[in-house]
Amino acid sequence: MATATPSEIRVGAHHEPHLGFLRSYVFSVDHKVIAKQYLGLSLFMALLGGAAAYLIRWQLAWPETYVPGWGYVEPQQYNAIITMHGTIMIFFVAMPFVLGAFGNFLIPLMVGADDMAFPRLNMMSFWTLFVGSAVLIASFFVPAGPAAGGWTAYAPLSARPIYTGVTWGQNLWLIAVAIEFASFLMGGINFLTTALNMRVPGMTLWRLPMLVWTELIAAVLFMLSVGPLIAGAFMLLLDRIAGTSFFVPDKGGDPLLWQHLFWFFGHPEVYVVGLPGFGIMMEIIPVFSRKPLYGYKTIVWGMIAAGVLSFVVWAHHMFVSGIDPRLATPFSITTILISVPFAIIVFSLLVTLWGGKIELTSAMLFAVGGLATFIIGGVTGIFLGSAGLDVYLHGTYFVVAHFHYTLMPLAIFGGFAGLYFWFPKMFGRMMNETLGRIHFLATFICFNCVFIPLFLAGVAGNPRRIYEMSSYDFLKPAQPLHVIATIATLGLLAGQIPFIINFFMSLVRGRKAERNPWHANTLEWCTDSPPPHGNFSQPMVVYRDPYEYGNPDAPKDWMAQNEPPAAPAPLGGGQIRRTGTR
Amino acid sequence: MLTWLPQNVSTFGGDVDHLFHIIYYITGVWFVAAELFLFYCLVRFHKSRQAQPLYARGESSSQAAWVLVPVLVVLMLDLGIDKIGGDVWHRIKLELPPAGDQVHVTGKQFNWEFTYPGPDGKFGTADDQTIENELHVPVGTVVRFELSSKDVIHSFFVPALRLKQDAMPGRTIKGWFEATQPGTYEIACAELCGFGHYGMHGVLTVHTAADYQRWVQSTWGAAKAAAK
Amino acid sequence: MGASAHAPTAVAAVNDDAFKDIARGRIAVWWFLASEIMVFGGFITCYVLFRYAHGGWEDAARHVNWKLGAVNTVVLLTSSLTMILAHHAVKVGDKQGVKTFLGLTIALGLTFLVIKGFEYHAEFAEGFTPLSGLFWSFYFLMTGLHGLHLLVGIIINLSLLVMALRGTIWACGDRVELGGLYWHFVDVVWIFLFPLLYLT
Repeated sequence: MATATPSEIRVGAHHEPHLGFLRSYVFSVDHKVIAKQYLGLSLFMALLGGAAAYLIRWQLAWPETYVPGWGYVEPQQYNAIITMHGTIMIFFVAMPFVLGAFGNFLIPLMVGADDMAFPRLNMMSFWTLFVGSAVLIASFFVPAGPAAGGWTAYAPLSARPIYTGVTWGQNLWLIAVAIEFASFLMGGINFLTTALNMRVPGMTLWRLPMLVWTELIAAVLFMLSVGPLIAGAFMLLLDRIAGTSFFVPDKGGDPLLWQHLFWFFGHPEVYVVGLPGFGIMMEIIPVFSRKPLYGYKTIVWGMIAAGVLSFVVWAHHMFVSGIDPRLATPFSITTILISVPFAIIVFSLLVTLWGGKIELTSAMLFAVGGLATFIIGGVTGIFLGSAGLDVYLHGTYFVVAHFHYTLMPLAIFGGFAGLYFWFPKMFGRMMNETLGRIHFLATFICFNCVFIPLFLAGVAGNPRRIYEMSSYDFLKPAQPLHVIATIATLGLLAGQIPFIINFFMSLVRGRKAERNPWHANTLEWCTDSPPPHGNFSQPMVVYRDPYEYGNPDAPKDWMAQNEPPAAPAPLGGGQIRRTGTR
Repeated sequence: MLTWLPQNVSTFGGDVDHLFHIIYYITGVWFVAAELFLFYCLVRFHKSRQAQPLYARGESSSQAAWVLVPVLVVLMLDLGIDKIGGDVWHRIKLELPPAGDQVHVTGKQFNWEFTYPGPDGKFGTADDQTIENELHVPVGTVVRFELSSKDVIHSFFVPALRLKQDAMPGRTIKGWFEATQPGTYEIACAELCGFGHYGMHGVLTVHTAADYQRWVQSTWGAAKAAAK
Repeated sequence: MGASAHAPTAVAAVNDDAFKDIARGRIAVWWFLASEIMVFGGFITCYVLFRYAHGGWEDAARHVNWKLGAVNTVVLLTSSLTMILAHHAVKVGDKQGVKTFLGLTIALGLTFLVIKGFEYHAEFAEGFTPLSGLFWSFYFLMTGLHGLHLLVGIIINLSLLVMALRGTIWACGDRVELGGLYWHFVDVVWIFLFPLLYLT
């Protein structure tokens, strides 16, 4: 081992530093603590986003009635609430959940490192996000209220205060989102450097657990897509504060430019949130099927292809926005082609299940439940990607249902699956399986009952972001759909109560977790639960790829990545399939 | 799902619905197949029924085929959908048939303004009439519209025509439609445009030929209408 | 000892891997620069698209002082050279050279900002502000952000200079290289801005 990096030297040393409360739990540089901070922040923000969903749904089902716990929702408020719901859920829940929490916790553990490459930068990225969240929450309390231009903040609605009446709310929104971008750019430095540079001996790129691959691809996609939108955010902020006209036509600006900048980021952003969700599923499904992930390299290439394609599809959000109509055809083709890499991922996961020895733990239920629901999100994307049909469906509830069916299965179902799966590793205790299954059933059933009706409302032509639709005769048949969706939303929110109880009860009273409760192969299971400071008590060496389950030639049905081969390989080829080098 | 589509009254609306049906059935088959496969696996290969899992890595080409062949079929269907969808798009947005009638549509917070050229058939003359939220067109006539906005982005959405086009401040966007059935249909705004967005509500009245003449006369007066 | 017998093959596999030979700091700085390129790339693309779509910008562009811009280009290019010399001095262990060349780089950077300040002053005096039209909005926004980046570069170099004066720089010499990467990036941005804003 000529290439001993400082991390390997520091491994072994394993001293528990005596830091004060502040340095151990608040301004900690330990990736595991930071991951839990991300988790806590995202769950807290999810409460806000969920409350917003409650208000939106109530208003849509029973317009202009008293919302228990809030009061009446005014039109202006309604626009602010939908704006904040979207912003919070995408930027301050989904991203910190699947990237911040799982990426931070698992990347160093899975590659066998003692921490992230730049621990202090890691701490800074969390606290930057914290400031961003604080700014966003502060915008609720400024005069004239929070941003009300939609989470897409289309100019010129967002570019001049007169159009919405919102003053500082929109400015703070822009600042909060820009801070969030900066935070995840800093986080991305660590993801990339750690995953590329701090792998232990034997951990080749083709032996990386899929979660690391997905976080890595997500970080790169984010970095390459967000720059132009940061530039756009500067320009929009100047339009608002200084009175320039980048996005306002009165002095030659162009509102469409904002849409280009936004969606050039916005589409890859979906994969930034989605791919790690897939990564979590791809870790969990092999474990509870006791089968290797089917076609590891095919999936990796598929995800890279999806990432590349995501940069050339953005105008499908803009088919009817006034772009040159000739542009729609190529963008429509690239968009529909996106189904190819995702078909690879989905089919591979499905085939992984075939012939397995399936155990439906809470983690597995959320993983396959997420997969099952994502398929709906996937196929409905074809409807919207086809420009001819998008003329009708664009801007309706069909779109709303579609993107909830892609983001929720990946970020939320995937995230919950990951939480049930890695909770023992994070906190050293097992979660309650019964409550977990109740949580899954409630979430799965209610989720589908919320958004299937919304597909139908979309087909009926129901435009989204409508405060109330009673004045439209053609939407009368859609009204009962909204009532169903709202009742299901109440169920969905109530369905999270078993989770909250389970989470806190297991933290305190859960059964102590052993090192490897699921008999999984990746390196994080080869250390204590929870891992000590420095993660591993001895240097790790990796001998095989991460999904060696159920090999009939092996002595047991799982072979940890760091487990040395059982017997010296005889000359002329070993019995252990060393597939990582194939 | 298909029955939720509202009544169609435009010449190209049928193409849109047709495209909807094609995609619906293609994706529907895949959706059902995938979900059945998933559910079958969960039941058939539950650990209570399966002692020894199948060991398959999916890396040899014969194994990878189980994924790649279906993916290839997906690719072929994709290209087919692209072709059909591209044609529909071309018909709605790229071909502008010769105009039988013209109107300027202007969005503003929170009303639609419909400007008619009047009997002389020319815009910018004294007999132009602007009516808020009421669009009157004759049946079976190609209506060319020019869409613009006075303030923010709006989206001109007529569900019964299967027509949607954003109105963008600073530019004029051309489009067309031809209504096939007399009646009144609703116009909505499909792009968030401020607190009054939900009330940005217009009505499209498709007149029979005789009816339309009557409307023209009542709007411009009998003498001028005769000149048309 | 099956483990030790098999370890070497596994380790050999990692050594094939080019990424592990790249220093961490360099990956981090390249990452940062790539995201910066996307930001400035966004501005420049918007600028070019607007300029392509709308006529009449030449009249506005005629009012910027291309002579001072050209002088500034030379100043920045020279500063990149002195930055390279500072890096070279670290490599060969030339203690005086490090201080001299870092000092020169900082001085050139400040010179650039001062000249830019005179330009801004003259333009404001003529009545051109960021609100005078899209060209001027882009001009002030892009040159202003570039100036801020340069200021950050000067601060980084100042901290390196302090380390050089204290003699602590030799323990972490790669920081001069990393600071240099950033400095050259700021320089390259200007190489794009100068022709786009001054010469077309």
